[in-house]
Amino acid sequence: MPEIAATSEFTAGPISLWRRVVNSLVTCAAAAAVFLVLLPLGAIFAYLVYKGISSLNWAFLTQTPKPVGEAGGGMANAIAGSALILLIASAMGVPVGIGAGVYLAEYGQTRLGDFIRFTADVLNGVPSIVVGIVAYAIVVLTQGHFSALAGGVALAIMMIPTITRTTEEMLLLVPNAVREAAYGLGVSRWRTVLSITLRTATSGVITGVMLAFARVAGETAPLLFTAFGNQYWNWKINQPTAALSLQVFTYAISPFDEWHRQAWAGALILIILIVVAVSAVRLVAGRGMLKGAN
Amino acid sequence: MGVGIKVEHLNAWFGKTQALHDISMDVPANRATAVIGPSGCGKSTFVRCLNRMHETVPDAHAAGKVRMGDVDVYNGTTAVQIRRRIGMVFQKPNPFPTMSIYDNVAAGLKLNGFRHRHRLDEIVERSLKLSALGDEVKDTLRKKSGASLSGGQQQRLCIARALAVEPQVLLMDEPCSALDPISTGKIEELIFQLKEKFTIVIVTHNMQQASRVAEFTGFFLLGKLIEFDKTEKIFTTPSDKRTEDYITGRFG
Amino acid sequence: MPGPQPVAKAEVVSNSGAPSEPLIKAGSSHIADRVFYFAMLACGLCVLALVGLIVYELITKSSLSWRAFGWRFFFRSEWDPVNEQFGAWPFVYGTVVSSILALLLAVPLAIGVAVFITEMCPRWLKGPLAFTTELLAAIPSVIYGLWAIFVLVPLLRAYVEPFLARYFGWTGLFGGPFYGIGMLAAGVILAIMVVPIISSITREVMTAVPQQQREAVLALGATRWEMIRTGVLRNARAGILGGIILGLGRALGETMAVTMVIGNRPEIARSLFAPGYTMASVIANEFSEATTDTYLSALVEVGLALFLVTIIVNILAQVLVWSVTRGAPARGHA
Repeated sequence: MPEIAATSEFTAGPISLWRRVVNSLVTCAAAAAVFLVLLPLGAIFAYLVYKGISSLNWAFLTQTPKPVGEAGGGMANAIAGSALILLIASAMGVPVGIGAGVYLAEYGQTRLGDFIRFTADVLNGVPSIVVGIVAYAIVVLTQGHFSALAGGVALAIMMIPTITRTTEEMLLLVPNAVREAAYGLGVSRWRTVLSITLRTATSGVITGVMLAFARVAGETAPLLFTAFGNQYWNWKINQPTAALSLQVFTYAISPFDEWHRQAWAGALILIILIVVAVSAVRLVAGRGMLKGAN
Repeated sequence: MGVGIKVEHLNAWFGKTQALHDISMDVPANRATAVIGPSGCGKSTFVRCLNRMHETVPDAHAAGKVRMGDVDVYNGTTAVQIRRRIGMVFQKPNPFPTMSIYDNVAAGLKLNGFRHRHRLDEIVERSLKLSALGDEVKDTLRKKSGASLSGGQQQRLCIARALAVEPQVLLMDEPCSALDPISTGKIEELIFQLKEKFTIVIVTHNMQQASRVAEFTGFFLLGKLIEFDKTEKIFTTPSDKRTEDYITGRFG
Repeated sequence: MPGPQPVAKAEVVSNSGAPSEPLIKAGSSHIADRVFYFAMLACGLCVLALVGLIVYELITKSSLSWRAFGWRFFFRSEWDPVNEQFGAWPFVYGTVVSSILALLLAVPLAIGVAVFITEMCPRWLKGPLAFTTELLAAIPSVIYGLWAIFVLVPLLRAYVEPFLARYFGWTGLFGGPFYGIGMLAAGVILAIMVVPIISSITREVMTAVPQQQREAVLALGATRWEMIRTGVLRNARAGILGGIILGLGRALGETMAVTMVIGNRPEIARSLFAPGYTMASVIANEFSEATTDTYLSALVEVGLALFLVTIIVNILAQVLVWSVTRGAPARGHA
């Protein structure tokens, strides 16, 4: 029998007016909660568009920052810097993440596997600023200077647990019958995992990678003392590099109106890139992970 | 041409539970041999021991001697290698979902390092003909995915895929149990033709099917081989009382 | 038993691949299998190595400060880089207060949203609504901070804080000058950021409650709210608590948005209008300017504490959520 409150509350006579009023009030309260939560969301997007668009122009997208006090200039180097840092991060984080996910799904039904799963979840919860400290300790201290590499390492550390867990999940979704079909044909284990199992789960795995990517693309804290920022163009991985999120932060807390305007524009670009990535993820996931499979 | 399989004192376990007890059997070449018995009697396990698929289950192992022609299946070769010479068709059709029909059939070859790309077309076509699927999918070979076919077609696709690597033996684990009667009929026709080139072992819970397609039949019960003989004899004058009880429907 | 006539279609081509010459080279894949296994294992071990590295670096780089100040580090209020006197109590206080404030605001809202989406929402609205709340989670912290500085803070300063000062000043929580920037602003922006997490976990555990539970309560004549209260929320209690704690974990570690609006003054004040400082913020602001080794070490020690606290909180949360969605079945089924 389900455990519920004393039955007299529900079954004594017709539903009292009070109970009906409470019911309606609660519904209103819940709807109000939804409204209150969506309000800032709408406000943020509205302000981003409203304040960002006006400062968005070709110069913004192609120039580097002008010295303090001068009008104009842009965040081109920050956009490029973000791309560089994200590239480095992905080059390290994606293979390791997918590899760990493959291990967990195909070989990980052991105590070690459980431990790795647990650790991945722990890694996921580490605050991004702490990851920045560690990347600083590993890369910046050893090299003696800030660099895009350090920023990339920090972001890679943050990407790995997400990619690992989603890859594992997607691989486990592949029905065992598909693996058996491959084994039955005399395909070796490693070939089966790569060419059959992983291939079947491809769109799901890509979803996970893009989710991780979207998450780290907007991160600022771990870059504060790794990539550090740069006024000029930089393509070398061993030099401090500008990043879009860093630039938005620096400009936002500055006392200059001109920089405030540019901060909004930079934020708009950042959010556009992230929304595009998240929507692409939804599109891919919506089409179904296994083409034609039941 | 197919070869025969000689099984001697085969035992198999899932962890600590013994699933097969001392099975000895001679599967003749170029014939169809049916394996029948009630649920849980070990018929699938037996057949999966022949191509060492039993080992893919964690904690499962087998002991005994299985010879395919002059090859010792367990000691003379690796599991991966023997599976290229013994093909398998499963109970539920399992085409590779992300591959086209063409790629499905060619999968066994491509994934095993087949070097002669120019011959692939020819082999795929021949395999599809052998499995009587050729005409139905002729125009959509590369466009349609393997999983978009009907159940019966999918199973014939799986048969084509298994045949493409030119095994000597074809194992079929209740291939028709998930299919409708018409598809079942088509596959039974297929078995007749395939017998000329391959040795076939077919697990079935359908006794009428066994009597239709197989020359020899083995009756399993609780992990033991009770009786093995010509199909005709098993179904008309079985030697063992338990066989007779099963045939006449007293249990199972 | 006569068989059906063989269909004429299948041509039995004479066997071109004689069994003595198999089509495929029978190579041994054993070595390749082992190499692959070790490669994947290495990736898995990387995850372990990373956490080990984090712990190692945090401990070694903070040892200087630990040796200088010991446990009292977390209970002293003096933060004086010039004289190399460091005490992290203001940051601990600030972190705790801002997070609690955030939860007080976020939890009712998040549960309200979750209840609405799961139980009250028309079917066509569910997807879009769920998607939009998830979108909130995708907004980067720095953008929240940007919006908070230029929109939220002026709003607080102009309308909310005067209102609170006038009507609730007697509590002592809303006294002193207000500039908008301060603990209240930090709490509000944190609340907005934490709502999506709590809401999505709550939705997940509410959906995990079996339909029979709802039906059983309804069949006794309960209104919809009563059904939700006794049939769903009560069963999902542990999971919802887990979601709240997960939100707490997120709030504790949140850096950018808080840094931009909390005022960054290592002071402890009773009023929520006063500026404050959190553990994450002090690291963000002062790390790259830490001139001495002790200074840096003190900041790393703050980071270590933050790390430990968030780990414990997150583990607790996971255990709670797991117990509802996958572990013990909901109490009280027939």
